[in-house]
Amino acid sequence: MSRASLFVPLGIFIGILALGYVGFSLDARNQLPSALLGKPFPEFSAPLLLEPEVQITKADLLGQPALVNVWATWCPTCKSEHEQLMYIASATDVLMVGVDYKDRPAQAIQWLQQYGNPYDYVIDDRDGSLGIELGVYGAPETFLLNAAGEVVYKRVGDINIRIWENELLPRFKALEVEVITQAEALQGQPTVGSGAGQ
Amino acid sequence: MIPELGHFSLVIAGVLSLFTALVGLSGSRNSLLQRSVVSMTVGQFALTLLSFSALVWSFATDDFSVAYVANNSNSLMPWYYKVSATWGAHEGSFLLWILITSGWMLALCLRGHQYPTSFFTKVLGIMALLNLGFICFSLFTSNPFLRLIPMTPVDGADLNPLLQDFGLIVHPPLLYMGYVGLAVPFAFAVAGLLEGQVDSAWARWSRTWTNMAWAFLTAGITLGSWWAYYELGWGGWWFWDPVENASFMPWLAATALVHSLSVTEKRGTFKSWTLLLAITGFSFSLLGAFIVRSGVLTSVHSFAVDPERGMYILIFLALVVGGSLTLYALRAGQNSTQVAYSFLSREFFMLINNLILIVALAVVLWGTMAPIGYEAVTGGRISIGTPFFNRFFVPLGLVLAIALAVLPLLNWKRTKAEALRPAGISLLIAAVFAVLIWFVLDPTSVVVATAVGLGAWVVISHGADLYKRLRKGTTLPMAYVGMTLAHVGFSVCMIGIAITATQSEESDVRMAPQGSVMLAGQRVTFLGVVEVQGPNYSAQQGVFLVEPESTGSYELRAEKRRYFAGNNVMTEAGIQAGLLADTYVSLGEPLADGAWAVRLHYKPLVRWVWLGALLMALGGIIAIFDRRYRSLRVRDTKVIGAVAQS
Repeated sequence: MSRASLFVPLGIFIGILALGYVGFSLDARNQLPSALLGKPFPEFSAPLLLEPEVQITKADLLGQPALVNVWATWCPTCKSEHEQLMYIASATDVLMVGVDYKDRPAQAIQWLQQYGNPYDYVIDDRDGSLGIELGVYGAPETFLLNAAGEVVYKRVGDINIRIWENELLPRFKALEVEVITQAEALQGQPTVGSGAGQ
Repeated sequence: MIPELGHFSLVIAGVLSLFTALVGLSGSRNSLLQRSVVSMTVGQFALTLLSFSALVWSFATDDFSVAYVANNSNSLMPWYYKVSATWGAHEGSFLLWILITSGWMLALCLRGHQYPTSFFTKVLGIMALLNLGFICFSLFTSNPFLRLIPMTPVDGADLNPLLQDFGLIVHPPLLYMGYVGLAVPFAFAVAGLLEGQVDSAWARWSRTWTNMAWAFLTAGITLGSWWAYYELGWGGWWFWDPVENASFMPWLAATALVHSLSVTEKRGTFKSWTLLLAITGFSFSLLGAFIVRSGVLTSVHSFAVDPERGMYILIFLALVVGGSLTLYALRAGQNSTQVAYSFLSREFFMLINNLILIVALAVVLWGTMAPIGYEAVTGGRISIGTPFFNRFFVPLGLVLAIALAVLPLLNWKRTKAEALRPAGISLLIAAVFAVLIWFVLDPTSVVVATAVGLGAWVVISHGADLYKRLRKGTTLPMAYVGMTLAHVGFSVCMIGIAITATQSEESDVRMAPQGSVMLAGQRVTFLGVVEVQGPNYSAQQGVFLVEPESTGSYELRAEKRRYFAGNNVMTEAGIQAGLLADTYVSLGEPLADGAWAVRLHYKPLVRWVWLGALLMALGGIIAIFDRRYRSLRVRDTKVIGAVAQS
């Protein structure tokens, strides 16, 4: 075997690695598995959790960008993203819509009282029918709609600080949602961490 | 407190592995330092065990303040699923991976006195370096000990119901034993390259470990296939799913390695090739981990997707595989030896075997990676399915069987053509058998008859050789027994695949209560649906009466379960398992008037697929007990003495 041929495996490996890197940087899966992407949000009519006699429809979501968050009390990840949602609600003027998915209304109301309510509307989707329309794979899932009601972004999994900064914030800016910066938002709030001892 | 203890132990284990790697790879001749490598390895194992136990403890005691527990457990689950839920998702299963790596290192220490000290410390150093990478991955990207404080959930989200099953309790640990086990031959190869010493002795050391890892991998894959068969409710046993492929690729490389090592041991040749296979085998383990955990490919078994993790593994992969292949390119040419052999020789047939396995590996790799490449270039999606793989695997399997059947008659170096006469006789018997099968079972497919005939040929030729040896009165070496068993296992598996893939009957029907249908000569009657309560689910259980023509009738129960915590619906198939055929019933959707959509399968010889694979694994284990691996101890005391003096 000639010396040069010993380098062949290394060459093949570099090729595979490059392919892996390309495939990986496409990384479309977290944001784009939705058939809805770029399409209009489906028509629906569902009762509000806090005012069961009121029906909400797609028309109520139009006219400004909206963040539709599918959540439930049985979903621990929803709990972990809740704080981030509270922050988004306080820092932006986006319309926050919660879809309480396959949940018990009493528990959901208690949750909102206990942890705070970031939503402008909370849709009661106890039988999961709206969830099916949306192609929900599992809570939490979040959809960003533009003013015309088209889905521009979808996230399967929690909304954390990284998703907020890298994915949502640039899209919010593109949609001209008013955002006050993190520093401004923190002003007037009790400081945490290193500054706590002052 | 307990989870923090686990977290802390893992950090210390990481520090220990860093030092083990530094000392082991420094090549220091200081005997105190060399011995410290062993004690640090033992400490590392104890700490990872402690860390893993802490996580198991958190599951067993329903500590939902730990985020990972809250996401994957529920207070209603039976205790054994709580424990097995520890490795039910990404973070915990990776901790298991680390524990098993440390376990293999500990096992290496138990046999450490058999190897030259400087070589052995290098092996441990390389293993420790790998483990350091794994531990950092766990600590920085997927820490299982993170807490949900102060928002502690009252109860957990439940383990994915698919995974609440005996198969999951055993499948990942076995599979990981195989995956990580391949790190040992990898470390032997790299240490051999560093030391510049790759010879027969080196191959003999490596063989024990390679066989063990290979047997575990075989058993793990088999179990996964069996689990998919009864749990997914699709009635199939292999789907060419990317994650299955991810486990199949290291298996193919390891199978080639097992054979190539025997040539290197017996004849001192194929060295570069063996080294390359050892590196390839473990590289595919890592690639598998990358595929499963990065979300590059979506699949039924994919873990939660996180780009940070994918990037970490990709970089780790680049360093480990790129580094070792560079070392290979620079060093492997140094100790090549030319040994002549003729076409009719074991060496040449081993070459054929290796060639087939590598082509098979390339096919699987292509089938798995091509969709990514296609998406990268065109932005579209394609899926490569079963027909693609079958087109290659059917001929490859058949050629492999031919090589196997002749093998017992072949000598090393060269064989006289007359010596092959018994193979002709056994081929004739097998051919008669195949023709018989062809007429009885499936007059349309020549391929199936060929597969059965070739399978029979392998069994007959190995049987004849065994008989010849027994009649001579020679004691059979364990390696020979293991080899024969594994080769018979291959044929059993091949026959099972050929028959079950072509002779199965399947029907999706609407069944009303008391209605009945015929399935492969059996009358299946739907008796109705009853409500059943499980510990953490409620189920509708369909009861079926199956009446075969000849033997007694029996009842089958298939369930549709609704798990309380996540509201997930799962099917649990009812299976009557038999050595000759399985009858398989699964419930679909409820229809009007108490009727149900029902899926019925009749699968002849499906058990042979797993039985054959288990025979292969068993053969691999038996071969380890061959005397020549044990007698090593006596001979090498001199070597160790010499090293200690120097």
